[in-house]
Amino acid sequence: MADGPVAEVLLRRLEAADGGLDSAELATELGVEHQTVVGAVKSLQALGQIIETELRSTKRWELTAEGEEIAQEGSHEARVFRSIPPEGLPQSELMRLPSGKVGFSKAMSNKWIRVDKSAADGPRVFRVVDSVEDEVQRRLQLVRGGQAEKLGEKERSELRKRKLLTEAGSWRDRPFKPYNFSAHGVLPDSGHLHPLLKVRSQFRQIFLEMGFTEMPTDNYIESSFWNFDALFQPQQHPARDQHDTFFLRDPAQAQQLPMDYVHRVKRTHSQGGYGSQGYKYTWKLDEARKNLLRTHTTAASARALYRLAQKKPFTPAKYFSIDRVFRNETLDATHLAEFHQIEGVVADHGLTLGHLMGVLREFFTKLGITQLRFKPAYNPYTEPSMEIFSYHQGLKKWVEVGNSGIFRPEMLLPMGLPENVSVIAWGLSLERPTMIKYGINNIRELVGHKVNLQMVYDSPLCRLDAERGPPSTQEAA
Amino acid sequence: MPTVSVKRDLLFRALGRTYTDEEFDELCFEFGLELDEITSEKEIISKEQGNEKAHGASDVVLYKIDVPANRYDLLCLEGLVRGLQVFKERIKTPMYKRVMPKGEIQKLIITEETAKIRPYAVAAVLRNIKFTKDRYDSFIELQEKLHQNICRKRALVAIGTHDLDTLSGPFTYTAKKPSDIKFKPLNKSKEYTACELMNIYKTDNQLKHYLHIIENKPLYPVIYDSKGVVLSMPPIINGNHSKITVNTKNVFIECTGTDFTKAKIVLDVIVTTFSEYCENQFTVEAAEVVFPNGKLHTFPELAYRKEMVRADLINKKVGIRETPENLAKLLTRMCLKSEVIGDGNQIEVEIPPTRADIIHACDIIEDAAIAYGYNNIQMTLPKTYTIANQFPLNKLTELLRQDMAAAGFTEALTFALCSQEDIADKLGMDISATKAVHISNPKTAEFQVARTTLLPGLLKTLAANRKMPLPLKLFEISDIVIKDSSRDVGARNYRHLCAVYYNKNPGFEIIHGLLDRIMQLLDVPPGEKKGGYAIKASEEQFHVCTHPLPKSPPSSAPSVSSSSSCLDHCNKNTGSPFSGPVFFPGRCAEIFARGQSIGKLGVLHPDVITKFELTMPCSCVEINIEPFL
Repeated sequence: MADGPVAEVLLRRLEAADGGLDSAELATELGVEHQTVVGAVKSLQALGQIIETELRSTKRWELTAEGEEIAQEGSHEARVFRSIPPEGLPQSELMRLPSGKVGFSKAMSNKWIRVDKSAADGPRVFRVVDSVEDEVQRRLQLVRGGQAEKLGEKERSELRKRKLLTEAGSWRDRPFKPYNFSAHGVLPDSGHLHPLLKVRSQFRQIFLEMGFTEMPTDNYIESSFWNFDALFQPQQHPARDQHDTFFLRDPAQAQQLPMDYVHRVKRTHSQGGYGSQGYKYTWKLDEARKNLLRTHTTAASARALYRLAQKKPFTPAKYFSIDRVFRNETLDATHLAEFHQIEGVVADHGLTLGHLMGVLREFFTKLGITQLRFKPAYNPYTEPSMEIFSYHQGLKKWVEVGNSGIFRPEMLLPMGLPENVSVIAWGLSLERPTMIKYGINNIRELVGHKVNLQMVYDSPLCRLDAERGPPSTQEAA
Repeated sequence: MPTVSVKRDLLFRALGRTYTDEEFDELCFEFGLELDEITSEKEIISKEQGNEKAHGASDVVLYKIDVPANRYDLLCLEGLVRGLQVFKERIKTPMYKRVMPKGEIQKLIITEETAKIRPYAVAAVLRNIKFTKDRYDSFIELQEKLHQNICRKRALVAIGTHDLDTLSGPFTYTAKKPSDIKFKPLNKSKEYTACELMNIYKTDNQLKHYLHIIENKPLYPVIYDSKGVVLSMPPIINGNHSKITVNTKNVFIECTGTDFTKAKIVLDVIVTTFSEYCENQFTVEAAEVVFPNGKLHTFPELAYRKEMVRADLINKKVGIRETPENLAKLLTRMCLKSEVIGDGNQIEVEIPPTRADIIHACDIIEDAAIAYGYNNIQMTLPKTYTIANQFPLNKLTELLRQDMAAAGFTEALTFALCSQEDIADKLGMDISATKAVHISNPKTAEFQVARTTLLPGLLKTLAANRKMPLPLKLFEISDIVIKDSSRDVGARNYRHLCAVYYNKNPGFEIIHGLLDRIMQLLDVPPGEKKGGYAIKASEEQFHVCTHPLPKSPPSSAPSVSSSSSCLDHCNKNTGSPFSGPVFFPGRCAEIFARGQSIGKLGVLHPDVITKFELTMPCSCVEINIEPFL
C-alpha cells in the first residue's frame, strides 16, 4: 500500500479521534506538506469503504504592505484628521501630505472634516468632530492578530477592495505540480456522425460542386420493369435469378406500369427496333411486374431519365444519387446483402466517350485520385462500357475504382429521349472507399448493428482530397 | 464475368510469341479482358484441399482470364487466340462456311411431344476433325462454359456432342415418359431408366443442379438414332454409346433448348471455334432439322450480317477524328470486317456468326473505340450547363443529422432488411399489423422483411456495444418501408428519425428533451395550436404513423385533441390485435405535430429490453420527418 507512514498514522489518529480530523491541522502537527496528507487520504479512499471524507475549505487573511502600515500608523483618513490643527489647514497643504489625497476624501465622506471654500487664503480644512475612532486600523489589527473571522464578510471585502487585505496562501506563494503534457486530455462529451455517412456527405458535396442534381431514391421496392427491363436487361439475365436478387412475396407484383412505354420496351427486347436486333425472345409482362428490392440505383436513374424524356423540349441534365441497394448474395468480410451505390448521370446532345472520361477525371480528382485508366468492359445497359482503374501507390498496381459507360439506345429511345441525346453514367460503391479510408477490414464493423461504436467515436473528418500519405481511397468498386 | 483457364505455354505457342506476365496483362487490359490470376493445377488443389492432395498434380502455369459476359466467342483458348491475333493484325478473321456433305445430309426430326418441355433443337457436323488431348479438353471445357453462361445452366440450351461414326441417322428428338427411357449414360457401365438416373444424379455434385429443369415434367426429352440408340437425355446427360474421344473423327453436335435464338448462337460458337481443326478448315457440315410442323431448317446458320455505320457517327460518339479508312481498319481488328463504301463516309461492317453480341450500331462503335484504345481518347469536359439541386428529403436529413450529433447523439447505420421477429414478435406486435413487405426468397431469417421501424436496428446496435461506457445515445435517420397500395409497386419508403437513450436510469427526460430540441430545429413551436407540437399519453403499441390523418372539416380548427389517433386509424385498417406493450405502462406518449401524429416516445417495456438482449432501461423516440419537408 502506498503512502505507508502517513496513511498509517492517519488511520491510527482517526481511530482515536472523535468526529474526524482536519487534514491541515494534521499536516502541521506531523510537520509534513498538506499535499502529503491529502495524498494519503485519497489512496485510502480508493480502497473503498475505509474512511469517510468531507471537503472543508478555510480561508486565511493577511495584510498587504499598505494594510500593515495602516495597522501600525492608522488609516489615511485618521492620519489626515490628526494632522489638522484646531485652527484648520489650507487644503493645498493638506493634499501634499503622504496620506493627503486618499485620507481627505475618506475623512470627508466620514464627515470628520469640512472645507471652508470662502477662507481668505484659499480653501481651508477644519475638524468637525473632536476625536475619531479609527475603525479601519482596528479591523486590520484584528486580522494581524489572527482574528479575521471576527470580521463580517462585508467588512473583509471592503478592506480587500482597498487592497489592505489579501487572501493568505494565494497562488503566488504556492508550489505547483508540473503538468504531464504527454498525457491525454479529457475528450468532450459529444455525439458522432457515422463514418460511412460522413463519406456519403462528401460525395454529395462533390456532385453538388460539379452541378449535379440529386435524384429521388427513396423507394427500396422496385418492379423488375424499372430495375431490369427498362435498362434493356433481358429477362433471362443471370442477375434476375433468385440467387442474386431479393424478390417480394408481398406485395409480389407492381400493379401500375406506364403501359405505352412498357410496350416499346417489350418490342425492343423481343423484336428489336431503334436500330437494334433485339434479344429475340418472348418477353413476358408478368416477369416485368415482379417486385424486388432494387439491385442498383440505376433503376432510379431510369425513372429520372424517363421523366426527363417526358419534358419537351429536351433540357440537358446532370443527376446523381447515393443510396442503398440489395443483393441476395453470399456474405463475406467485404460483401453484405445491402450496400450503398454512388451513381452519376449526364444527359445532353452529342456526349462522347471522351466526355465521359473527362467528367470522370474531374470527379476522381476531387477524391484525390489522379492516375486513371480505362478498360473495355461489358454492362447489359451501357455500350461502350468502361471499367475505371486507378494506380494504387500502396499496392503498386492498378485497381478497379468504378464502372461506367454510355447508356444503350435500346434503353433511351423507348423512353422517348431524342435520338442525338447521349447519356453517360458511372457508378461505384460507397463502402469500399470508406473501408479503405478508415482502415476497416470487416464490413460488419462498419455497416449494420454490429458496428464498433468506438470506431465511430474515434473516426476523423472525411477529407477525401487531403489524404495523408499515398491516396488510399483508390480501391473502390 | 466468366473466367477461362488456359495453359500459358499453349497460349503463347498459339499466339506465336511469348509475353512476360506484365505484357500479357497489358494486352488483356487493352482488349477488355482481365488476367485475373496466374496459377497452376497444383496450386489450385493445394489451396483448396491442402498440400498433400496437390502432390503429383501438374505445375503447368495456368492463366485465368476474365472474359466479358457477352463474348461467348472468347470462352476457350481457340477463341481467345483468334480474337487477340486478329486484334494484333497477325491473322485475318476467318470466313466460316457451311458446306453440304458429299453423301446424305444428317437429319434431326423433332416430334411434337417436345413442345411442352424443350421445343427447340439445332444440329451440325464437324467433319474430319483432328483432336489432340489439349484440343479435346478445350472442346469439353467450351461446352461447360457455354452451359454455365449463355445456356443459363442448361435451362435455356443444352449441348450434346457425339461420335457420328457410332451412330446412324436420321435422329429423332422426342419426349417420353421417364420410365420408358432406358439407356447407358455417359461413363456408366449399365443401363438405367430415366427415373433411376434422376435418383442417382441427386448425389452427383455436377449434375444435381440440372435435374430441376425436367424433374417434375411428365415427359423427358430424349434423342435417338435410327437404331434406337440414345444420344442424349437433354439437359441432363449424354449416352455412353456415342461418347466422343480424342480419336473421334466426325462430331455430331445437337443443341436443344427453350430459347431458339440462343440455341442457334451456341451452335454457331461451337462449330466456328472448332472448325479450325477440321480437314477443311473453317467449314462446317450442315444438318437438317425437321420441326413438328414439317418445316425444314438447315443448321448451323453461320449468318453474316451487313451493317452500315457512318464514320462521323463513330467519331462523334467516341470523341475522336479518324478517317473512315482508319475506322474500317480499327473495326476489322475486332473481327468485324469493314470497308468504306458509298459517299466515302459510310462504313460497311460485316458481323460474323461469332459476334452475336453485336446487335446495334453502338456495339460497333464500342469496338472501334476499343481498337483505337480507350486510353488514347482525348478527355474533354462536356459543356452541359446545369444548376444543381438537392433532393429536399435528403437535404433535410443532412441538416438534421448534423444537429443530432451536436445534441450529443451518435449516428448508427443499420440494415434495412431484418427478420419478422425483429419488427413484430420482439416488439410485441403481430406481423400483420406492421404492414411490412415480405421477401420471397431470403437465404436466412435476417432478410425476411424490410424494416417498418428503425428501433430494432438501434436496439441491436446497443446490444452489440454493451461493453461501451454508459450512457449510450444513438440515432439514425433513414428509410423504412410500408405496404401502400396507392403506389405503383404497392409499397413506399418513409424517412424516419429514431433515437435511443440507454443507461442505468430510463432517461425519459433526455429523450423528451431531444424531441423538444428536434422540434426547435424544425421550427415547430410547443403547444397544441395549429402548427405546434404536443405529446399525449398513449398506451398503445409501437407504431409510427405513416399516413396523413383524415382531414378535419375546415370549419373546426385542426387541433390535436380533435384529431383521431393514428393508431385508431391503423388498427381500424388492419383490424389486428397486438400481443403486448412495447412501452412501460404509463411511460409512452404519442407525438402530434402540425395537426398529425408523427410518432411515439417512451420508456421501453422490460420485456422488450430483454428480447433485444439488453439489461438496462432504455427510452426512445421515433418520428416520421416527412411532414416537415
